[in-house]
Amino acid sequence: MNREQTMSEPFISLSNVRKVYMSRNIEFEAISNVTMEIAEGELVCLVGPSGCGKSTLLRILAGLHDHDAGEVHIGNATTPFDPSKDIGMVFQQPLLLKWRRILENVLLPAEILGLPAKESRERASDLLNMVGLEGFEDKYPYELSGGMQQRAAIARALVHDPKLILMDEPFGALDALTREKMNLELLDIWRKSQKTILFVTHGIQEAVFLGTHVAVMSSSPARMADFFAVDLPHPRGLDIKTHENFGVYTRRIYKLLGME
Amino acid sequence: MSDGSWRKILIIFLVHAAFVGFWWGGVIIADIPAYILPTPWQALKTLEVENYNWGTHFMATSQEIFGGYILAVIVGVTSAVMFSWSKTTDEIFMPLLVTLNMIPKVAMAPLFIVWLRFGIETNIVITFTICFFPILLNTARGMREVEPDLLDLVKSLHGSRWQIFTKIQLPGALPYIFSGMKVATVLAVAGAIVGEFIQSDKGLGWFMLVTQEALNTDAMVMALLLVTLIGVVLYGIVLLLERIFIVQDARVE
Repeated sequence: MNREQTMSEPFISLSNVRKVYMSRNIEFEAISNVTMEIAEGELVCLVGPSGCGKSTLLRILAGLHDHDAGEVHIGNATTPFDPSKDIGMVFQQPLLLKWRRILENVLLPAEILGLPAKESRERASDLLNMVGLEGFEDKYPYELSGGMQQRAAIARALVHDPKLILMDEPFGALDALTREKMNLELLDIWRKSQKTILFVTHGIQEAVFLGTHVAVMSSSPARMADFFAVDLPHPRGLDIKTHENFGVYTRRIYKLLGME
Repeated sequence: MSDGSWRKILIIFLVHAAFVGFWWGGVIIADIPAYILPTPWQALKTLEVENYNWGTHFMATSQEIFGGYILAVIVGVTSAVMFSWSKTTDEIFMPLLVTLNMIPKVAMAPLFIVWLRFGIETNIVITFTICFFPILLNTARGMREVEPDLLDLVKSLHGSRWQIFTKIQLPGALPYIFSGMKVATVLAVAGAIVGEFIQSDKGLGWFMLVTQEALNTDAMVMALLLVTLIGVVLYGIVLLLERIFIVQDARVE
């Protein structure tokens, strides 16, 4: 990849994105002032309290919501972006289809896009290996723990080889230990798949631990308060949390959110 | 089959055998006359009476129950699907259907007989009317129970409405459809018998009224057993289909 070109032309570029909701004839800003540039292959965390519009921003990028002002641009000359094929989504709940086996669940996006069945099955089973679910292809979702179900959901988001993965608090419903483990695995999956990931969380530590960049969103008023690169070495392990800079970044976020 | 399911089958068998045993023993010990309550054996013996025409009555009632039931499943599920496709249809017809559901369907039976004259077809209509609503309402509920995030996932891939329906909505609604179908089995049996009670010239319900006049209680009890048998077979078929089509965890208990 031509690094110069990637530098000059970001994969995602947002400038002054704004979205308002009307409720009883009063305008509410769901988000405003969102400006950021994301290069391909980055893992960007959107962190902020409930109601700061981070999920709204994700939905705008997914093409599920319109924005009211500003510019949203995804894709560049090296990596064109097709909004109907290049989005993978992971939600707080795994949302696996109870009546499908794990492999068939992972295949759902491929079926919707009408991708060739044989290649998709191979890819799905490779992805299940990658997320550590080897041997669970023929299980039903209820036979898997919450963390394993969420891994299957991640494999599902990757099966059609999208260029952008949107994750909306994917580990928010997991217990603290599983969550830590999933964070490590996500970094691993991200490194192997080399995808651009947008990761919404309200865990400040989680955001710094995972992100190459962090966007801090504040509520009332809903706006983007900061966007910065996280200068911590990769690959990251749990020991990074004791890194001097880790504390600097988390404190910076706490401060922005008025918690210090 | 696992040990657990063998145990279940054994329990089912034993409980039924015990029930028959108590019935039989009770009649003998309390010295109950056969015109009040016959023993199971006395009831079974009536099957030998040729001019009772058991076959004809059994077939007539079976046709009414199965005919009305199958019709209700087809029409009920289809209309619920149509409602889920069009919000307007749903808004217009649902309130009316909820009110119509309040009509005691049994009380409609005399009217159907006025309109259609008595016969197997009329009893099929009566059975249909009584089975239709639980299937429709349950299916409609199942169609609505779709995770919004799951819809977003499909929409983010520009999936079609048809794909949402076939891949998510319909399979998701199946447990609800079966739940409605199970409720409707009991109603189907009742519907057919009510139709026969009001006016007909054959069927196990009609036969019960005829034998009642002669106080042939043994034949009445046998007819009741046969009606129950039809109901049990219908319920068994529905359970079997549920087992085939629905993953254990997705079933609505």
